[in-house]
Amino acid sequence: MRELAYYEAKLEGLREILAADERVHFITEIATGFLGLSPHRVHFRQIASSFPDRVIAPPISELAFCGVAIGAAMAGLRPIVDLITASFAFEAWPQIVNEAANAFYMSGGQTRAPVVFHLLHGLRGAGAAQHSHSPQAMLWNCPGLKIVLPSSPRDVKGLLKTAAASDSPTVFIDHVLLFEYRGSVPENDEAIPFGQAEIKRSGADVTVVATSLMVQRSLAVAERLAKDGIQVEVVDPRTIVPLDFDTIMGSVEKTGRVVVVDECHQSCGVAAELVARIAEAGFDKLKAPIRRVVTLDVPIPFSPRLEEFVSPSEARIAEAIRAAAR
Amino acid sequence: MDPIDQAHQSREWLIESCRRMLLIRHFEETLIGLQNQGHFAGHYHVYIGQEATGVPALSCLAPDDHIFTTHRNHGHLLARGAEPGRMYAEILGRRDGYNKGKGGTFHIAASHLGFHHTSGIVGGIIPLATGAAYAAKARKTGQIAVCLIGDGALEEGAAPESFNIASLWKLPVLYLCENNGKYGAGRALGAAQSFSMAAYPLTDLPKVYKIPAQQVDGTDALAVYRVVSEVVGKIRQGQGPQFIETHTVRWPGSESNWPVVPVVTSVDLAWDASAAPEKFRDWYRASDPVLAFIRKIVEAGAATRAQLAEIDAQAVDLIDRAAKFALASPFPEPQEALTDVFA
Repeated sequence: MRELAYYEAKLEGLREILAADERVHFITEIATGFLGLSPHRVHFRQIASSFPDRVIAPPISELAFCGVAIGAAMAGLRPIVDLITASFAFEAWPQIVNEAANAFYMSGGQTRAPVVFHLLHGLRGAGAAQHSHSPQAMLWNCPGLKIVLPSSPRDVKGLLKTAAASDSPTVFIDHVLLFEYRGSVPENDEAIPFGQAEIKRSGADVTVVATSLMVQRSLAVAERLAKDGIQVEVVDPRTIVPLDFDTIMGSVEKTGRVVVVDECHQSCGVAAELVARIAEAGFDKLKAPIRRVVTLDVPIPFSPRLEEFVSPSEARIAEAIRAAAR
Repeated sequence: MDPIDQAHQSREWLIESCRRMLLIRHFEETLIGLQNQGHFAGHYHVYIGQEATGVPALSCLAPDDHIFTTHRNHGHLLARGAEPGRMYAEILGRRDGYNKGKGGTFHIAASHLGFHHTSGIVGGIIPLATGAAYAAKARKTGQIAVCLIGDGALEEGAAPESFNIASLWKLPVLYLCENNGKYGAGRALGAAQSFSMAAYPLTDLPKVYKIPAQQVDGTDALAVYRVVSEVVGKIRQGQGPQFIETHTVRWPGSESNWPVVPVVTSVDLAWDASAAPEKFRDWYRASDPVLAFIRKIVEAGAATRAQLAEIDAQAVDLIDRAAKFALASPFPEPQEALTDVFA
C-alpha cells in the first residue's frame, strides 16, 4: 500500500469529495484552506482553482459564514466549513451549538443540516491562550453534533469521506502537528465509518485511550516503554460522537490498567468523560486506578517552556503509564 | 386610504387574506386562554397586531421558497396555510405537534411549507436564511429565502455579518424586519433612536452594506403587498438582497410578558370598539390592522359585513376544533425524547 503524509491524505480526500458531489461547497480562506498556516497550504491552491465556484472565501465573519453553511445545508447543499483554528469556533458558537446541533431534534426530525465544521485544535506551538483550544469536550456537551478526531493519514481521509456524507452536523477536529506523520493510505476510495475505534497498537499490560495527536504521542511512548518490558495497547476512538465504547472496554478488560490521554483541559474534558464511563462500566475489571494525561487547567501560556509544562507531553504520558503498570 | 382597485387585488385575494388574518387573530386569542387555563407552560409570543404584515407578505412567495422565522412565528405559519391543530398540539407539547412536541411555541417547523428551522434566538436565523439563499443561488433553483425577524434581531452581530455576506455575494434573500415597537413598550420606540439601537431608522443598517432598504406601514395590508411583491420580483431577477422594515403598533394586551385578551375580535368591533376595555379601546380603533382591513374591504364593496361575519364565524369554529384536536392529542411517550438527535 502506498504511503502518504497526513496533509496529503487530507487534501486528497477533500479533492475526491469535491469532485464526487456538486452539493459540496468548501468555505474557507482560499490561501490557507484546510492546512492552517502550515507551509503545505500552497497545495490547496490547486484544489481552489479546480472548483472555483465551490471554494468560497467569506469575510472574517465566523458567526455568519457558519450560519450560512448551516442554512445552505438545510436548503440542499453539503457545505464543509474550514474555521482553521479551533478557537475561532467560539466566534460561531451560537450557530454551531444552538442552531446546527438542535435543528434536527427540535424540528421533530424534519430538517437535516448536513454541514461539516473543520477545526485545527490544540497546542500547536506559540499559539498562546487564544489560538490553542481543544473545544471537543465543550462540543460533546451539545447533543446533535458528531465529533471526529482523526490521528493518521488513512483515518483523516476515510473519516472525512464519512463526514461529508453524514446527514448530521459534524465537527471534524484535527491537529496541525499531525500533518507530517506518514502512513499507508489505500488507493481506493475507502470511507471509515463513524463509531469504530481502532486499536493502533496491541499490548497486554496497559490500555491507553488516546485521541488526535495524542495517539501519535502515545504510540511513540509505547515503543520506548516496550523496551522496558511494558506492553502498551493504544486504542483510538477516532470519533467520540458516536463513541465505540465496546472496543475501549474490550481492551480495559484485557489489561485492567487504563491511562486516558487527551489534549482538552482536565476539568470536564474528553478524558474526564471517558474515565467516568470506564469506571461506571468496569470498576471490577480494574487492577489499578485510572489515570489521565491532559492539559493542565490554566490558559495556554506563550513561552515554549511554559507551554511544554502544561501540555500532555511524552514525559507525562510515560510517567502515567509506568504508574498504571506498577 | 388608497382605493383597493389601485392595489390590483382580486376580490378572492382580499377575502382570503382577511380569512387568514382572522384565523391568526383567533388562534392567538384562544392560545392565550389555553395558557391561562394551564394547558401549556413557558413563555410565548403572539402575533396580534402584525397580521397585516405576515399575511400579504407571505402571499408574495412561491410554494418552494425558504422561510425562516423566530419566536413570534405563529402568524407566519398560519399565513402559509399550516394546520392550527398541529400548531396547538406542538405548543401544548403533544404527540401530533408539527415537531412531535420537541420544539414548542418557539420552534414550530413545517418543512413542507418552507419553514425548515424556527429559532428562538432573535438573530439566529439571519445567517441561516442567508445560507438558504446561497444554496438557492448555487443550485439555480429560482427559490428565494425570506428572513422574518423583529427589530431586536438587528442588535445581534449576526445581522451586520450576514448583511455583508448577502450583499457581497448578491444572494436572493429578503430580510423582513417587523418593528412592532411603534409607540409601544418595546425596545425600539419607533419615532427615534431607541434605548437599545443607535441606528435610526433601522433601514440605515442594511444600507451601510448597500442593501436596498425601505419602510412600510405594517398595519396596511395593501401597502405591504405592494412593497413586498415588488422587492420579491427584484430578488428573483437576481438583484441581490433586499430589506423591508414594517411598522406596527404593539398590541397593548402583550405589554406584560403574560398576555390577556381584553376583547374577542369580531367584525362588529371594526365599527364599534366600545366592547373593548377603555385602556385598550384606542388600539382597536386606530391601530388594529385586521379591523382596518375589514373596514377597507367593506367600504370598497368587496364584501359585506355579513359576509365577513360569516368568514369570521368559520375561523372561530376552525380554531375551536383545532384547540380540541390538540387537547385530545396524547403526550409523547417518554422514550420519544431519545429519538431525532441525529439524522
